[in-house]
Parts: sequence; structure tokens; C-alpha cells
Amino acid sequence: MKKLSKMLMALTFVGALLAGCGSNNAAPAPQQPAQQPAQQPATPAPEQNNSGSTTTTSGEPITAVGSTALQPLVEQTAKDFMAKNQGVQIQVQGGGSGTGLSQVASGAATIGNSDIFAEEKKGIPANELVDHRVAVVGMAAAVSPKVKVDNLTKQQLIDIFTGKITNWKDVGGDDMKITLVNRPKSSGTRATFSKFALDGKEEAEGITEDSSGTVRKIIAETPGAIGYLALSYFNDSVKALKLDDVEANAENIASNKYPVWAYEHMYTKGEPTGNAKAFLEFILSEEVQKKTITELGFLPITDMKVERDAEGKVTQK
Amino acid sequence: MNHRIEGVGTNRQSLIARKMLTYNKRQFTENMTGRTIAMVCAALLVIVVLSITYFIASKGLSTFFVDGVSISEFLTQVKWDPEGEPALYGVFPFILGSFLVTALAALIAAPLGIGAAIFMTEIFPGFGKKVLKPVIELLVGIPSVVYGYVGLTLLVPFIREQFDVLGFSLLAGGLVLALMILPTITSVATDAIEAVPQDLRNASLALGATRWQTIWNVVLHSSLPGCLTAVVLGMARAFGEALAVQMVIGNTTKLPGSLLDPISTLTSGITLNMGNTIQGTPYNNALWSMALLLLLMSFVFIMILRFLGRKRLVK
Repeated sequence: MKKLSKMLMALTFVGALLAGCGSNNAAPAPQQPAQQPAQQPATPAPEQNNSGSTTTTSGEPITAVGSTALQPLVEQTAKDFMAKNQGVQIQVQGGGSGTGLSQVASGAATIGNSDIFAEEKKGIPANELVDHRVAVVGMAAAVSPKVKVDNLTKQQLIDIFTGKITNWKDVGGDDMKITLVNRPKSSGTRATFSKFALDGKEEAEGITEDSSGTVRKIIAETPGAIGYLALSYFNDSVKALKLDDVEANAENIASNKYPVWAYEHMYTKGEPTGNAKAFLEFILSEEVQKKTITELGFLPITDMKVERDAEGKVTQK
Repeated sequence: MNHRIEGVGTNRQSLIARKMLTYNKRQFTENMTGRTIAMVCAALLVIVVLSITYFIASKGLSTFFVDGVSISEFLTQVKWDPEGEPALYGVFPFILGSFLVTALAALIAAPLGIGAAIFMTEIFPGFGKKVLKPVIELLVGIPSVVYGYVGLTLLVPFIREQFDVLGFSLLAGGLVLALMILPTITSVATDAIEAVPQDLRNASLALGATRWQTIWNVVLHSSLPGCLTAVVLGMARAFGEALAVQMVIGNTTKLPGSLLDPISTLTSGITLNMGNTIQGTPYNNALWSMALLLLLMSFVFIMILRFLGRKRLVK
């Protein structure tokens, strides 16, 4: 009996070890299928030539990794897409724009979600990636409703964020100290805001938070705080400032009258194939653009009257 | 007849011998399996530790050897701007922030924790062991994000209103960390004080010392290495804590002028930027160098702990 129990124990040990090894081996496995479509982008598989609008497509699962700002939109559309297409698997993960771009460039993810152009990130082989702009997000300077300023000129905004102006009374408000709420230096939101609202001027040091929710909470609670948020994050607790008397709304952004906006990108390595292609087409379809995207606080890419390239050059469509 | 008996004897002997032999064989294989399994476990552990160290070191050192940042510049410069032209990698504000917040937390938590430990062992042992100890052990299990969230919701506004400042500050980080490491310090210090032999206390009391003199001069002094171990363990936890701290310190990459100024720590610098930087770029490597610093610091803490442990053995 004793020996038997010993043997059993040994067996469980071995079992546990094997299980450990097993899971280790299994972990990279889901990445394998994701790599395949990315590795052979030049030769489209024959099956999808006749696809059109099939409802039962099966194949490799799609992984979409990256920007947390874009994540809710991709999650929602992935859910809708999977409901329509039985058997398609789409996994959506966050991790940040940098993670998304490097994962898709290395082939670990099918789609890399990013708030910024791949060209803007050092170390990304941008020429290997294909850009799919799926939505536009507007950003605005955000203050607590207690701040009695509704509009700032661009110069005032620059002076505030570079630390030249430190009191609201200098821009027509009450005598209240200005507190800056920043994003980390590597953040895509910071890059966009700094480029289009501050003309690339370097921001002074301030409170730094990564998540939009925390930034909003801090701005709402700290008297005299100013930060910047994507339009989808505004609610009653924070107020969006006009820039040079232009309000940050869909119409002004579409015509580029209000310049602080960015594309939401979904990058693929080479041209997308199969399910990934169908999924990207689904996001660009009128149904998603007109409904889901607007509901989640983004702007439809199809409404844009202008086009902007990675260098920031704007052309009329 | 003799012959028969002999025959039976040899038969029996050989039987026993055979039985022993087979038994030994089974025992041998059993021993071998056990030993192999244990060895594989140990080897796996060693391999994991070594490869993690190697990985972090290779990534972290490439800041200096591939990207050409000088080590002294990295450690002492105060300007952190990896995206700028030229890129500046001064992590001194992060290092200083980590040390300050850890020291502040230890300064607050050590007297409180050791005091609570004395209460639980010397002053009110019954209540202490039955009620306080389990409660404190429960506190160890609270996830750090909860501490951070409580700090963000209660502590930061409180400091803001009391001192008319931002609220996000070195003080807030120190207080949250102190609360977090208090249970660790208390429970380790309790064990250390409990280990002091009763004879020592009796001898001290017999010499005419008061209860307080006994606690201060005898109990605390003989358990000092243990209490220091408790504090260092707490500090090691505080130094490596990322989430709770990040939520309340404001993450300003600037040297703080006072307790009420916002700061950055090595951990918060890493967590805020890791998702947005690209593998292999100097910015990303700089974050790995900060991770390497953290790893080296934890080695230092462990060495201090080992040193203290040896000291206790000598006593």
C-alpha cells in the first residue's frame, strides 16, 4: 500500500511536470497560425478569390493587438463580425500602439492597432506594413468645469503646456494655479496633441498618467488642471476647450478646421488575406462606420473631407 | 539429514537474498525517480532564474554597449527625454524617487510594525495571536492595485485639501507603501520576537528590571536582526512595487523639492512607457536598463537579508 501511494505520488509529480511542459509548448502555438498569413502576403490563397460574401468562413484565428484607445472599437466590431461569420475567431488585445506595431511587424499578430503612423515610430519597418485607416479620433484640451475659460488661442495653449503661463488669470480666468496632466513621452495621444495643438513644442513636466480614465479623473478632481483627452472620453466631469474659437466637433474635424485629430490605424504585414481582409472590409463598411464608430465616440473615416499623411501634410479629398 | 537441512538453509538464504535483491532494485528505481524529479525541478528553477537574469542583463546593457549611452550619464543625469533630439537618458529622478518613496515607507511602517509586533507578543499575546495576527496576515493578501485605488480616491484628495497642493506626491506614495508593507513587517517581526527565549525575559525580570526595560533592553535587542530582516523585506517589496505607487505619485520626471511634490519611480517609469515603445529601440532598451537596476537592487536587498540571517545564527 505504501509503495503504491509512493508510486502514485511520483506519478502525480511527473504528471504535473509534463502538464507544465505541455502548457509551455502549447503557449506559442496560437501564434503560429497568425504568422502564416503574414509570412506569405504576396501569394494570395486561391480560396478567397471567390469569397465575396460567404457566411461560413473558417481558417486561422485573427489576432488584433495594440492601441488601447482603439481597442473598444475593434472589440465591438470583432464581436459583430464573429456573430455574422460562423467559425471565425478574432482575438483583440491591448498593450499600446508600440506593442501593436512591433507585434505585427514581427508577424506575431495579424493586425497591429495604432494611434499613430508606423513611420512616426523609430524601429518599425514601415514599408513592410500596410496601413488601414479605420476611423478618426479628435482630441481636445480638457479642463475641470470650474475653470471659467472656454477658449484658448493656440499661442496661449502652447504657453500653458510649455510652462510659460502658470495661472488661469493670465488667459482670462480666475486666479488659479495651472496644473498640467500629461501622457508618457512615448504615448501616441501625446505625440498627436503635441504635433497638432502645440506645433511640436516640448511640454513642461507635469503629472503623467497613461490611461485616459485616470487623466479624466485627475482633471475633474484637481482645481485648475489641464490635460488632453480623446473626444470619446469627455463627459460632464470635464470640459473641452475651443481652440482659436473652433469647437472640437465632427464637422470641424472633417474639414480640418479643427486640426487636433488622428487616424486610428490597423496595420497588416503585407496585403491582408482571408478573414483578416474580410474583417478590415467589414470595419470600413457603411454599417460599421455610420453606427458603431459614431456610437463609440470616433469619427467615420468615410466622412473626412481631407487627407493627411505621416508628415502631417493635409490635402483636400 | 544434515544435507537436507543445509539444502533448506541455502534455499531459504538464496530466497531471502533474492528477495532483498529485488526489493533493493525496486527501492533503487524508486529512489532514482524521486531524485530525478527533484533534480529536474531544481534545474528548471535555476535555468529560469539564470535565463531571466541573462535576458534582462543583455537587454539592459545594450543601452550602454549598443546605443552608446554612458553609464555615468545614465545614472546621474536628471533630464529624461528619450524621444527628443538629442535623446537624453538621465534616470536619476527615477532612481531618487524609488529610494525616497521606499525610505519614507520604511520610516513610517517600521516603528508601527515593530510596535504592533511587541503588542501582539509581549503585551497582549492572547488577543494578539487569536485576532490581530490573522487580520494582519489577511492584509498581506490584499492586491496592490486595491491599495493604490484607495490611495487615489482617499489619500490624494485629503493631501490636496490639507496642504493646498496637487495631492499626487512623494508623501502619498510613501503612505500607501507604508500601509502595504506594514503587515509584512509586523508578521516577520512577530516571529522574531516570539523566538526570543523565555529564559531571557525571566532573567531580566528577576534582576529587577521593569516590564518596559525588559522589552526594550532584552527582547528588542536580542531580536534586532530579525526585526531588521522584517524591515528590509518590507523595503524590498516597496522598492519593487509599481501599480499602487504609480497611481498616487504623479509620475513627474523632475527632482522633488519637498514631500508634497510629485515624483517618478523606476517601476512607474517602466510601466507607463513599456507598451508604447518598440522592441530594440534605444528608448525600449533604456527601460530594460531601468529593469536591470531594479533587479540589481533586489539582489542587494537579498544580500542584506542573508547577512542579517547569518548574524542571527551567531547570536
